[in-house]
Amino acid sequence: MLSQVETTTIPTPLRTNNRDWLWAVLLIAVLAALPLVAPRYWIYFAGLLGINIIVTHGLNIMTGYTGLLSLGHAAFVGVGAYTVALAQIHLGLPFYVTIPLAGVVAAVIGIAFGLPSLRIRGLYLVIATLAAQFILNFVFVHWQSVTNGDAGLTVQPATVFGYALNNETRTYYLILACVVFFTIFTLNVIRSRVGRAFIAVRERDLTAEVLGVQIVWYKLVAFALGSFYAGVAGGLMAYFNQFVNPEQFGLLLSVFFLSAVIVGGMGSTLGAILGAVFMTLLPEVLREGALTIGGTFGFDIASILVPLRETIFGLLMVAFLILEPRGLAQLWKRARQKFSPVRGSE
Amino acid sequence: MNSVALFLEYSAVGIASGGIYALIALGIVVIFKSSRTFNFAMGEMMMLSAYFFYTAAVTFSMGIFFGVVAALIGSVAVSLLIERFALRPMMGRPFIAIVMVTFGIGSIIRGVVGMIWGPNDLQIPAILSRSPVLLGSIFIPGKTARAFAIAVVIVISLIAFLRYSRAGIALRAAAADQITAYSMGIDVRRVIAFSWVIAAVTGCISGILMANVNTLTPHLGLVALNVLSVVILGGMNSIGGVLVAGFIIGWLESVTGWILGTEFREITPYILALLVLLVRPTGLFGTKEIERI
Repeated sequence: MLSQVETTTIPTPLRTNNRDWLWAVLLIAVLAALPLVAPRYWIYFAGLLGINIIVTHGLNIMTGYTGLLSLGHAAFVGVGAYTVALAQIHLGLPFYVTIPLAGVVAAVIGIAFGLPSLRIRGLYLVIATLAAQFILNFVFVHWQSVTNGDAGLTVQPATVFGYALNNETRTYYLILACVVFFTIFTLNVIRSRVGRAFIAVRERDLTAEVLGVQIVWYKLVAFALGSFYAGVAGGLMAYFNQFVNPEQFGLLLSVFFLSAVIVGGMGSTLGAILGAVFMTLLPEVLREGALTIGGTFGFDIASILVPLRETIFGLLMVAFLILEPRGLAQLWKRARQKFSPVRGSE
Repeated sequence: MNSVALFLEYSAVGIASGGIYALIALGIVVIFKSSRTFNFAMGEMMMLSAYFFYTAAVTFSMGIFFGVVAALIGSVAVSLLIERFALRPMMGRPFIAIVMVTFGIGSIIRGVVGMIWGPNDLQIPAILSRSPVLLGSIFIPGKTARAFAIAVVIVISLIAFLRYSRAGIALRAAAADQITAYSMGIDVRRVIAFSWVIAAVTGCISGILMANVNTLTPHLGLVALNVLSVVILGGMNSIGGVLVAGFIIGWLESVTGWILGTEFREITPYILALLVLLVRPTGLFGTKEIERI
């Protein structure tokens, strides 16, 4: 267990150098210009990607940095989505109120499930979050009078200054803004005292406690942050799909986010982004590939796509955990060092 | 029929289905004891065994007896492969990483089964007689009752085996203190592999029984997620606890299903698990282990 190399984070420099800033600004500019050139399907896809990135950031704070495993993250996303839908339908609140509200509600519900087991070390939180996954999904399906059961709820597009975000491109900008905000926020949280406390709790909780880090408090903060991100992403998802139903938030989605964190690299903010991108693109590539192959050889591959996806998620999780626990982020870093020896010392 | 009689009947049926839960839970507890690995793939191992049985008994028409034998061999082989190639490299790694590996394995097995055998229900040959069992005036469906009898007999004999045999003692020694056990000449790796064999056997038998009572689908494995609450309630390191906890969960599921409506069955175990975490995290029979921080 101890200080296995795999979980130790390479200390991030407190101030990112100017070159990195330049690249980041350039990337954001390209993303902002994307709708001008890219086809609509791409934009739809980019929106989905943004939502997944936010959830993965949240789960990464919990699982990657603090070492708290959550198997119920999809359900917390669901709580956010339903909060937005209900706040809009019954209270008529605008998006700049509903989205933070979605985050807060998800955080509160998350803590309600997590609190009993955050005090205990080990497996118990895993079970509690798994219970949250099933119980919340049950509520989504069976609390007919509020959630409208399997049929789900319809969400009106968000409105900015009287300007309805009623297509993918417009919602895309809202999502992009949130992704940028949450990425910077995550980076800063991790660099702060709080983030260092998270890492200390993960590495050696008793040592951390002796050094004055209040473990339970920081676990709670990490858990609240993780579910807050999930709630916000769920809120965005509600606006993006303009539709909420229980099927969107099953156990498979929780596994998906978990594998995104693992594949990207636990305890790396870059990793969370890489992981979310990789895992979102993979099923698409897989589908296209499988359909092409199936088309060529005349197999009926469409019917095995869902299990194929499950298999590959699982394989990636296991393979990365065994072979490269620091994930794509580490592969990326290594590649960069190889190609630019000057910056290698970083 | 008055409500007392109904209550007794639902209770009996519930306790009867709890027997299989105990069998699955035993597999989880044995692995946990030997290597502190919580096996989230247990349900999928169980489901896979049922498919092995189906393939051997129906597709290759080997008959029931050889079908069971083939399923046992297949599941032990898969189990040892998992232990050797996925869990052994993870030895000494952080706890959550190991949990995630088993979870990933579960996902792989579910996917592979879905690809090979397809998503539809399959009917496996009936091993158990359908004729109902009557206890006084209480009526228990035949399959459930017989599955219960088989499960309980196997659980009790395994518990006895683990208590009195050399292998069982080695297992408990490794559970108590791995390093000391190692220095006393116990081959801890073999003990861990042995615990995976036991889990494969309990998984295989419970899978076949479960597929007999219900039908066989790739979702059969999800049942084992309910069993997590059996393990929590019984105490994670208590081999004997699984039996009592299995009965309690089975009974609760059946009775809440009757009182509140069947849809509540699926979340009862989870609510109970949360309550146990809140009130008594060691479970009914677990010992120490719990580290409060």
